Amino acid sequence: MSPGSLRVSKIRNGTVIDHITKGHALDVIKILGINGRSGGTVTIAMNVQSSKLGVKDIVKIEGRELNSEEVDKIALIAPHATINIIRNFRVAEKLTVKLPSVIRGIVKCIKPSCISNDSSEPIRSIFYLEEADPLKLRCHYCNNIMEEKDILQQF
Amino acid sequence: MKSEFNFLNRDIVSIKGFSREEIDCILEVARSIEHIAEKGSDMLRGKVLAELFFEPSTRTMLSFQTAMYKLGGNVIGFAEPGVSSVWKGETLADTVRVVEKYSDIIVLRHPLEGSARFAAEYAQVPVINAGSGAEEHPTQALLDLYTILKAKGRIDGLDIALMGDLRYGRTVHSLAYALSLYNVKLSMVSPGLLRMRSEVLRDIRSRIDVIEYRDIEEILPELDVLYVTRIQKERFPDLGEYEKVRGTFAVNLKLLRSAKNDLIVLHPLPRLDEIAVEVDATPFAKYFEQARNGVVVRMALLALILGAIKKQ
Repeated sequence: MSPGSLRVSKIRNGTVIDHITKGHALDVIKILGINGRSGGTVTIAMNVQSSKLGVKDIVKIEGRELNSEEVDKIALIAPHATINIIRNFRVAEKLTVKLPSVIRGIVKCIKPSCISNDSSEPIRSIFYLEEADPLKLRCHYCNNIMEEKDILQQF
Repeated sequence: MKSEFNFLNRDIVSIKGFSREEIDCILEVARSIEHIAEKGSDMLRGKVLAELFFEPSTRTMLSFQTAMYKLGGNVIGFAEPGVSSVWKGETLADTVRVVEKYSDIIVLRHPLEGSARFAAEYAQVPVINAGSGAEEHPTQALLDLYTILKAKGRIDGLDIALMGDLRYGRTVHSLAYALSLYNVKLSMVSPGLLRMRSEVLRDIRSRIDVIEYRDIEEILPELDVLYVTRIQKERFPDLGEYEKVRGTFAVNLKLLRSAKNDLIVLHPLPRLDEIAVEVDATPFAKYFEQARNGVVVRMALLALILGAIKKQ
Protein backbone atom coordinates (compact mmCIF):
# COMPACT_ATOMS: atom_id res chain seq x y z
CA MET A 1 0.00 0.00 0.00
CA SER A 2 1.46 3.31 -1.04
CA PRO A 3 1.54 6.19 1.42
CA GLY A 4 -1.75 8.09 1.45
CA SER A 5 -3.71 5.44 -0.45
CA LEU A 6 -7.12 4.18 0.66
CA ARG A 7 -6.92 1.86 3.65
CA VAL A 8 -10.22 0.04 3.15
CA SER A 9 -10.95 -3.18 1.33
CA LYS A 10 -13.45 -3.80 -1.45
CA ILE A 11 -16.92 -5.08 -0.64
CA ARG A 12 -18.62 -7.98 -2.39
CA ASN A 13 -22.24 -6.75 -2.35
CA GLY A 14 -23.62 -3.51 -1.00
CA THR A 15 -23.23 0.25 -1.38
CA VAL A 16 -20.27 2.61 -1.51
CA ILE A 17 -21.08 6.22 -0.75
CA ASP A 18 -18.16 8.27 -1.98
CA HIS A 19 -17.39 12.01 -2.04
CA ILE A 20 -19.24 12.71 1.19
CA THR A 21 -18.56 16.24 2.42
CA LYS A 22 -15.78 15.94 4.98
CA GLY A 23 -17.00 15.47 8.52
CA HIS A 24 -20.42 14.12 7.50
CA ALA A 25 -19.73 10.36 7.28
CA LEU A 26 -21.28 9.79 10.70
CA ASP A 27 -24.34 11.84 9.69
CA VAL A 28 -24.78 9.58 6.67
CA ILE A 29 -24.59 6.54 8.95
CA LYS A 30 -27.14 8.11 11.25
CA ILE A 31 -29.73 9.02 8.62
CA LEU A 32 -29.49 5.54 7.12
CA GLY A 33 -30.28 4.14 10.55
CA ILE A 34 -27.10 2.07 10.67
CA ASN A 35 -26.33 1.06 14.22
CA GLY A 36 -23.81 -1.72 13.57
CA ARG A 37 -26.05 -4.40 15.03
CA SER A 38 -27.34 -5.79 11.73
CA GLY A 39 -24.23 -7.85 11.08
CA GLY A 40 -22.97 -6.47 7.75
CA THR A 41 -19.57 -4.81 7.63
CA VAL A 42 -19.69 -1.03 7.61
CA THR A 43 -16.52 0.85 6.82
CA ILE A 44 -16.14 4.55 7.47
CA ALA A 45 -13.23 6.52 6.08
CA MET A 46 -12.81 10.15 7.08
CA ASN A 47 -10.57 12.89 5.74
CA VAL A 48 -9.49 10.89 2.71
CA GLN A 49 -7.54 12.80 0.03
CA SER A 50 -9.75 13.59 -2.97
CA SER A 51 -8.87 15.22 -6.27
CA LYS A 52 -12.48 16.46 -6.55
CA LEU A 53 -13.16 17.73 -3.04
CA GLY A 54 -9.68 18.08 -1.50
CA VAL A 55 -10.72 15.98 1.46
CA LYS A 56 -13.73 13.67 1.61
CA ASP A 57 -15.41 10.96 3.66
CA ILE A 58 -16.41 7.51 2.37
CA VAL A 59 -18.89 4.98 3.73
CA LYS A 60 -19.05 1.36 2.56
CA ILE A 61 -22.00 -0.78 3.58
CA GLU A 62 -21.77 -4.51 3.01
CA GLY A 63 -25.01 -6.31 2.17
CA ARG A 64 -27.34 -3.34 1.70
CA GLU A 65 -28.42 -1.48 -1.44
CA LEU A 66 -29.81 2.00 -0.90
CA ASN A 67 -33.19 2.94 -2.34
CA SER A 68 -34.06 6.29 -3.92
CA GLU A 69 -35.55 7.77 -0.74
CA GLU A 70 -32.36 7.01 1.14
CA VAL A 71 -30.37 8.58 -1.67
CA ASP A 72 -32.50 11.75 -1.34
CA LYS A 73 -31.75 11.90 2.37
CA ILE A 74 -28.03 11.72 1.67
CA ALA A 75 -28.38 14.55 -0.84
CA LEU A 76 -29.42 16.84 2.00
CA ILE A 77 -26.19 16.41 3.93
CA ALA A 78 -23.75 15.41 1.19
CA PRO A 79 -24.84 17.01 -2.08
CA HIS A 80 -21.65 15.99 -3.91
CA ALA A 81 -21.79 12.33 -2.89
CA THR A 82 -21.66 9.56 -5.44
CA ILE A 83 -23.34 6.25 -4.72
CA ASN A 84 -22.18 2.98 -6.22
CA ILE A 85 -24.19 -0.19 -5.86
CA ILE A 86 -21.77 -3.11 -5.77
CA ARG A 87 -22.64 -6.62 -6.86
CA ASN A 88 -19.99 -9.34 -6.84
CA PHE A 89 -17.18 -6.79 -6.33
CA ARG A 90 -18.22 -4.79 -9.40
CA VAL A 91 -20.06 -1.49 -9.71
CA ALA A 92 -23.49 -2.58 -10.91
CA GLU A 93 -25.23 0.83 -10.65
CA LYS A 94 -24.16 4.40 -10.17
CA LEU A 95 -26.75 6.59 -8.50
CA THR A 96 -26.51 10.32 -8.74
CA VAL A 97 -27.25 12.25 -5.62
CA LYS A 98 -29.56 15.05 -6.59
CA LEU A 99 -31.46 17.31 -4.26
CA PRO A 100 -35.14 16.78 -4.99
CA SER A 101 -37.22 19.92 -5.50
CA VAL A 102 -39.75 18.64 -2.92
CA ILE A 103 -38.61 16.92 0.26
CA ARG A 104 -41.27 15.07 2.23
CA GLY A 105 -41.02 13.75 5.75
CA ILE A 106 -37.24 13.74 6.13
CA VAL A 107 -36.63 16.92 8.10
CA LYS A 108 -38.80 18.91 10.49
CA CYS A 109 -39.56 22.61 10.43
CA ILE A 110 -37.53 24.36 13.11
CA LYS A 111 -40.33 26.77 13.90
CA PRO A 112 -42.18 25.42 16.96
CA SER A 113 -45.27 27.42 15.95
CA CYS A 114 -45.56 25.64 12.57
CA ILE A 115 -48.60 23.37 12.22
CA SER A 116 -46.32 20.62 10.83
CA ASN A 117 -44.86 20.23 14.34
CA ASP A 118 -48.27 19.52 15.89
CA SER A 119 -47.88 15.83 16.59
CA SER A 120 -51.62 15.32 17.09
CA GLU A 121 -52.42 16.27 13.47
CA PRO A 122 -52.15 13.83 10.54
CA ILE A 123 -49.40 15.84 8.87
CA ARG A 124 -46.05 15.13 7.25
CA SER A 125 -43.47 17.83 6.67
CA ILE A 126 -43.05 19.13 3.13
CA PHE A 127 -40.18 21.39 2.07
CA TYR A 128 -39.27 23.02 -1.21
CA LEU A 129 -35.68 23.37 -2.30
CA GLU A 130 -34.97 27.10 -2.17
CA GLU A 131 -31.21 26.96 -2.72
CA ALA A 132 -28.85 24.03 -3.10
CA ASP A 133 -25.59 25.59 -1.97
CA PRO A 134 -25.68 26.67 0.78
CA LEU A 135 -28.72 24.53 1.41
CA LYS A 136 -31.98 26.36 2.09
CA LEU A 137 -35.40 24.73 2.35
CA ARG A 138 -38.77 26.47 2.52
CA CYS A 139 -41.54 24.96 4.63
CA HIS A 140 -44.71 24.26 2.62
CA TYR A 141 -46.90 25.09 5.60
CA CYS A 142 -45.41 28.11 7.41
CA ASN A 143 -43.16 29.39 4.61
CA ASN A 144 -40.16 29.58 6.96
CA ILE A 145 -36.78 29.19 5.27
CA MET A 146 -34.49 26.72 7.04
CA GLU A 147 -30.77 27.30 6.78
CA GLU A 148 -28.19 24.58 6.25
CA LYS A 149 -27.05 24.51 9.89
CA ASP A 150 -30.62 23.99 11.10
CA ILE A 151 -31.07 21.14 8.63
CA LEU A 152 -27.77 19.39 9.42
CA GLN A 153 -28.47 19.63 13.15
CA GLN A 154 -31.40 17.28 12.68
CA PHE A 155 -29.27 14.33 11.64
CA MET B 1 -61.16 41.81 -17.78
CA LYS B 2 -59.01 38.72 -18.34
CA SER B 3 -60.73 35.38 -18.66
CA GLU B 4 -58.48 33.35 -16.33
CA PHE B 5 -59.99 34.67 -13.10
CA ASN B 6 -61.38 31.82 -11.15
CA PHE B 7 -62.58 32.70 -7.69
CA LEU B 8 -65.27 30.04 -7.45
CA ASN B 9 -64.65 27.77 -4.43
CA ARG B 10 -61.15 29.11 -4.07
CA ASP B 11 -59.20 28.87 -0.82
CA ILE B 12 -57.66 32.07 0.47
CA VAL B 13 -54.68 30.83 2.41
CA SER B 14 -52.03 33.37 1.51
CA ILE B 15 -51.95 36.67 -0.29
CA LYS B 16 -49.18 35.11 -2.37
CA GLY B 17 -51.77 33.02 -4.14
CA PHE B 18 -53.04 36.12 -5.95
CA SER B 19 -51.80 37.91 -9.04
CA ARG B 20 -52.02 41.67 -9.20
CA GLU B 21 -54.85 41.39 -11.73
CA GLU B 22 -56.82 39.20 -9.35
CA ILE B 23 -56.32 41.63 -6.47
CA ASP B 24 -57.38 44.53 -8.70
CA CYS B 25 -60.45 42.53 -9.66
CA ILE B 26 -61.41 41.91 -6.01
CA LEU B 27 -60.96 45.61 -5.21
CA GLU B 28 -63.09 46.54 -8.21
CA VAL B 29 -65.85 44.16 -7.11
CA ALA B 30 -65.65 45.69 -3.61
CA ARG B 31 -66.12 49.15 -5.09
CA SER B 32 -69.07 47.94 -7.15
CA ILE B 33 -70.93 46.53 -4.12
CA GLU B 34 -70.43 49.48 -1.77
CA HIS B 35 -74.17 50.18 -2.02
CA ILE B 36 -74.97 46.62 -0.90
CA ALA B 37 -72.87 47.19 2.20
CA GLU B 38 -75.37 49.93 3.02
CA LYS B 39 -78.64 48.33 2.03
CA GLY B 40 -77.94 44.60 2.16
CA SER B 41 -78.77 41.88 -0.36
CA ASP B 42 -79.93 38.27 -0.48
CA MET B 43 -77.36 37.04 -2.98
CA LEU B 44 -76.02 34.44 -0.52
CA ARG B 45 -79.38 33.37 0.91
CA GLY B 46 -79.22 29.75 2.05
CA LYS B 47 -75.43 29.76 2.32
CA VAL B 48 -73.70 29.11 5.64
CA LEU B 49 -70.33 30.44 6.71
CA ALA B 50 -68.55 28.60 9.55
CA GLU B 51 -66.20 30.64 11.70
CA LEU B 52 -63.58 28.54 13.48
CA PHE B 53 -61.71 30.92 15.73
CA PHE B 54 -59.09 29.14 17.78
CA GLU B 55 -57.75 32.51 18.90
CA PRO B 56 -59.59 35.55 20.18
CA SER B 57 -60.72 38.10 17.63
CA THR B 58 -63.17 40.94 17.62
CA ARG B 59 -62.81 42.85 14.38
CA THR B 60 -62.11 40.02 11.97
CA MET B 61 -64.80 37.75 13.36
CA LEU B 62 -67.48 40.45 13.46
CA SER B 63 -66.39 41.75 10.07
CA PHE B 64 -66.88 38.34 8.39
CA GLN B 65 -70.21 37.91 10.19
CA THR B 66 -71.40 41.33 9.05
CA ALA B 67 -70.25 40.63 5.48
CA MET B 68 -72.16 37.33 5.39
CA TYR B 69 -75.32 38.80 6.92
CA LYS B 70 -75.24 41.76 4.51
CA LEU B 71 -75.27 39.26 1.65
CA GLY B 72 -78.22 37.36 3.11
CA GLY B 73 -76.25 34.34 4.37
CA ASN B 74 -75.94 32.77 7.80
CA VAL B 75 -73.06 32.24 10.19
CA ILE B 76 -72.21 29.39 12.57
CA GLY B 77 -69.04 28.72 14.53
CA PHE B 78 -67.12 29.19 17.73
CA ALA B 79 -65.02 32.01 19.06
CA GLU B 80 -62.79 30.07 21.38
CA PRO B 81 -61.68 26.44 21.31
CA GLY B 82 -62.40 25.98 25.02
CA VAL B 83 -66.12 25.61 24.35
CA SER B 84 -65.79 23.24 21.42
CA SER B 85 -64.74 19.64 20.91
CA VAL B 86 -61.26 20.97 20.26
CA TRP B 87 -61.10 21.18 24.03
CA LYS B 88 -61.60 17.40 24.07
CA GLY B 89 -58.55 16.99 21.86
CA GLU B 90 -60.07 16.90 18.37
CA THR B 91 -57.56 17.63 15.63
CA LEU B 92 -57.91 20.54 13.23
CA ALA B 93 -58.08 18.00 10.37
CA ASP B 94 -61.14 16.36 11.96
CA THR B 95 -62.76 19.65 12.95
CA VAL B 96 -62.75 20.99 9.38
CA ARG B 97 -64.00 17.70 7.95
CA VAL B 98 -66.98 17.81 10.29
CA VAL B 99 -67.72 21.51 9.98
CA GLU B 100 -67.65 21.41 6.17
CA LYS B 101 -70.70 19.13 6.35
CA TYR B 102 -72.61 22.01 7.96
CA SER B 103 -71.30 24.89 5.87
CA ASP B 104 -70.45 26.25 2.42
CA ILE B 105 -67.27 28.06 3.45
CA ILE B 106 -64.92 28.02 6.46
CA VAL B 107 -63.20 31.06 7.95
CA LEU B 108 -60.32 29.96 10.17
CA ARG B 109 -58.18 31.73 12.72
CA HIS B 110 -55.58 29.55 14.38
CA PRO B 111 -52.45 30.18 16.47
CA LEU B 112 -50.19 27.94 14.39
CA GLU B 113 -48.47 29.07 11.21
CA GLY B 114 -49.48 27.11 8.15
CA SER B 115 -52.77 26.08 9.80
CA ALA B 116 -54.96 27.51 7.03
CA ARG B 117 -53.00 25.72 4.32
CA PHE B 118 -53.28 22.48 6.25
CA ALA B 119 -57.03 22.94 6.85
CA ALA B 120 -57.56 23.73 3.15
CA GLU B 121 -55.87 20.46 2.22
CA TYR B 122 -58.44 18.56 4.28
CA ALA B 123 -61.57 20.60 3.61
CA GLN B 124 -63.67 20.16 0.49
CA VAL B 125 -65.29 23.57 1.00
CA PRO B 126 -63.22 26.75 0.54
CA VAL B 127 -61.14 27.92 3.51
CA ILE B 128 -60.37 31.57 4.19
CA ASN B 129 -57.39 32.30 6.40
CA ALA B 130 -58.42 34.87 9.00
CA GLY B 131 -55.00 34.86 10.66
CA SER B 132 -52.53 31.97 10.96
CA GLY B 133 -50.26 32.64 13.93
CA ALA B 134 -47.72 35.33 13.09
CA GLU B 135 -47.65 34.20 9.47
CA GLU B 136 -50.40 35.78 7.37
CA HIS B 137 -53.72 37.56 7.36
CA PRO B 138 -54.55 37.86 3.66
CA THR B 139 -58.00 39.44 3.89
CA GLN B 140 -56.58 42.20 6.09
CA ALA B 141 -54.04 42.95 3.34
CA LEU B 142 -56.86 43.20 0.79
CA LEU B 143 -58.84 45.63 2.94
CA ASP B 144 -55.66 47.65 3.56
CA LEU B 145 -55.12 47.94 -0.19
CA TYR B 146 -58.75 48.88 -0.67
CA THR B 147 -58.44 51.61 1.95
CA ILE B 148 -55.33 52.98 0.25
CA LEU B 149 -57.03 52.85 -3.15
CA LYS B 150 -60.15 54.64 -1.86
CA ALA B 151 -58.16 57.34 -0.10
CA LYS B 152 -55.54 57.92 -2.79
CA GLY B 153 -57.26 56.81 -6.00
CA ARG B 154 -54.28 54.60 -6.84
CA ILE B 155 -51.67 52.33 -5.31
CA ASP B 156 -48.93 52.59 -7.94
CA GLY B 157 -46.47 55.40 -7.41
CA LEU B 158 -47.09 55.81 -3.68
CA ASP B 159 -44.42 56.15 -1.01
CA ILE B 160 -45.45 53.74 1.75
CA ALA B 161 -43.89 52.86 5.12
CA LEU B 162 -44.74 49.91 7.36
CA MET B 163 -43.81 50.70 10.96
CA GLY B 164 -43.75 48.82 14.26
CA ASP B 165 -43.56 45.08 14.89
CA LEU B 166 -42.74 43.78 11.44
CA ARG B 167 -41.49 40.43 12.71
CA TYR B 168 -44.52 39.07 14.54
CA GLY B 169 -47.25 41.20 12.98
CA ARG B 170 -49.07 38.94 10.51
CA THR B 171 -50.93 41.78 8.84
CA VAL B 172 -47.72 43.46 7.68
CA HIS B 173 -46.41 40.20 6.19
CA SER B 174 -49.46 39.84 3.98
CA LEU B 175 -49.56 43.55 3.18
CA ALA B 176 -45.88 43.65 2.20
CA TYR B 177 -46.41 40.76 -0.21
CA ALA B 178 -49.46 42.45 -1.69
CA LEU B 179 -47.73 45.83 -2.08
CA SER B 180 -44.81 44.20 -3.86
CA LEU B 181 -47.18 43.49 -6.75
CA TYR B 182 -47.51 47.27 -7.26
CA ASN B 183 -45.04 49.89 -8.27
CA VAL B 184 -44.57 51.43 -4.83
CA LYS B 185 -41.66 52.79 -2.83
CA LEU B 186 -41.72 50.64 0.30
CA SER B 187 -39.91 51.37 3.57
CA MET B 188 -39.80 49.17 6.66
CA VAL B 189 -39.39 50.97 9.99
CA SER B 190 -38.86 48.85 13.09
CA PRO B 191 -36.62 48.27 16.10
CA GLY B 192 -33.76 45.87 15.33
CA LEU B 193 -35.41 43.05 17.27
CA LEU B 194 -38.61 43.33 15.30
CA ARG B 195 -37.28 43.64 11.74
CA MET B 196 -39.29 42.22 8.87
CA ARG B 197 -38.79 38.46 8.50
CA SER B 198 -36.04 37.47 6.12
CA GLU B 199 -38.29 35.14 4.10
CA VAL B 200 -40.75 37.98 3.46
CA LEU B 201 -37.98 40.42 2.51
CA ARG B 202 -36.47 37.82 0.22
CA ASP B 203 -39.75 37.35 -1.62
CA ILE B 204 -40.67 40.98 -2.02
CA ARG B 205 -37.15 42.18 -2.90
CA SER B 206 -37.31 40.03 -6.00
CA ARG B 207 -39.99 42.46 -7.22
CA ILE B 208 -39.48 45.87 -5.61
CA ASP B 209 -36.83 47.80 -3.70
CA VAL B 210 -37.28 47.86 0.05
CA ILE B 211 -35.26 49.98 2.47
CA GLU B 212 -35.19 49.31 6.21
CA TYR B 213 -34.99 52.13 8.76
CA ARG B 214 -34.69 52.35 12.52
CA ASP B 215 -36.76 55.52 12.89
CA ILE B 216 -39.48 57.27 10.95
CA GLU B 217 -38.48 60.93 11.13
CA GLU B 218 -36.08 60.85 8.19
CA ILE B 219 -38.62 59.49 5.70
CA LEU B 220 -41.90 60.85 7.10
CA PRO B 221 -41.99 64.09 5.01
CA GLU B 222 -42.09 62.08 1.76
CA LEU B 223 -44.65 59.48 2.78
CA ASP B 224 -48.12 59.03 1.26
CA VAL B 225 -49.11 56.13 3.53
CA LEU B 226 -47.91 55.27 7.05
CA TYR B 227 -49.03 51.84 8.23
CA VAL B 228 -48.55 51.42 11.98
CA THR B 229 -48.64 48.19 14.00
CA ARG B 230 -48.51 47.57 17.71
CA ILE B 231 -45.22 46.78 19.38
CA GLN B 232 -45.87 44.19 22.04
CA LYS B 233 -44.08 44.47 25.34
CA GLU B 234 -43.60 40.72 25.65
CA ARG B 235 -41.33 40.66 22.60
CA PHE B 236 -38.61 42.45 24.54
CA PRO B 237 -36.36 40.61 26.99
CA ASP B 238 -35.47 43.97 28.57
CA LEU B 239 -38.30 46.29 29.62
CA GLY B 240 -35.98 49.30 29.49
CA GLU B 241 -35.39 48.59 25.82
CA TYR B 242 -39.14 48.36 25.26
CA GLU B 243 -39.78 51.74 26.89
CA LYS B 244 -37.11 53.33 24.71
CA VAL B 245 -38.47 51.81 21.51
CA ARG B 246 -42.09 52.59 22.37
CA GLY B 247 -41.48 56.33 22.30
CA THR B 248 -39.58 56.18 19.02
CA PHE B 249 -42.40 54.42 17.24
CA ALA B 250 -45.34 56.44 18.55
CA VAL B 251 -47.37 58.59 16.15
CA ASN B 252 -48.66 61.90 17.51
CA LEU B 253 -49.45 65.40 16.25
CA LYS B 254 -45.94 66.61 16.94
CA LEU B 255 -44.47 63.92 14.71
CA LEU B 256 -47.06 64.53 12.01
CA ARG B 257 -46.10 68.23 11.72
CA SER B 258 -43.50 67.26 9.15
CA ALA B 259 -45.88 65.02 7.17
CA LYS B 260 -47.56 65.85 3.88
CA ASN B 261 -51.08 67.18 4.27
CA ASP B 262 -52.54 64.21 2.46
CA LEU B 263 -50.61 61.51 4.33
CA ILE B 264 -52.90 58.71 5.50
CA VAL B 265 -52.20 56.77 8.69
CA LEU B 266 -53.45 53.17 8.83
CA HIS B 267 -53.48 50.60 11.63
CA PRO B 268 -55.01 47.09 11.69
CA LEU B 269 -56.26 47.75 15.27
CA PRO B 270 -56.46 47.19 18.15
CA ARG B 271 -54.07 49.97 19.05
CA LEU B 272 -52.68 50.81 22.44
CA ASP B 273 -50.69 54.01 22.51
CA GLU B 274 -48.75 53.73 19.25
CA ILE B 275 -51.13 56.25 17.68
CA ALA B 276 -52.11 59.05 20.05
CA VAL B 277 -55.85 59.65 20.39
CA GLU B 278 -55.26 63.27 19.30
CA VAL B 279 -54.57 61.97 15.77
CA ASP B 280 -58.06 60.41 15.46
CA ALA B 281 -59.82 63.66 14.57
CA THR B 282 -57.30 64.65 11.87
CA PRO B 283 -57.66 63.85 8.16
CA PHE B 284 -54.57 61.64 8.52
CA ALA B 285 -56.52 59.01 10.45
CA LYS B 286 -58.04 56.32 8.23
CA TYR B 287 -57.88 53.37 10.65
CA PHE B 288 -61.56 53.32 11.53
CA GLU B 289 -62.43 53.48 7.84
CA GLN B 290 -60.27 50.38 7.40
CA ALA B 291 -62.68 48.50 9.65
CA ARG B 292 -65.63 49.55 7.50
CA ASN B 293 -63.76 48.72 4.30
CA GLY B 294 -63.01 45.29 5.74
CA VAL B 295 -66.71 44.41 5.57
CA VAL B 296 -66.99 45.47 1.92
CA VAL B 297 -63.86 43.60 0.83
CA ARG B 298 -64.96 40.44 2.68
CA MET B 299 -68.40 40.74 1.05
CA ALA B 300 -66.68 40.90 -2.34
CA LEU B 301 -64.61 37.80 -1.51
CA LEU B 302 -67.55 35.78 -0.21
CA ALA B 303 -69.67 36.71 -3.23
CA LEU B 304 -66.88 35.74 -5.64
CA ILE B 305 -65.90 32.49 -3.90
CA LEU B 306 -69.50 31.32 -3.45
CA GLY B 307 -70.39 32.20 -7.03
CA ALA B 308 -72.90 35.01 -6.42
CA ILE B 309 -70.72 37.38 -8.45
CA LYS B 310 -68.90 36.02 -11.47
CA LYS B 311 -65.88 37.66 -13.03
CA GLN B 312 -64.58 36.42 -16.35
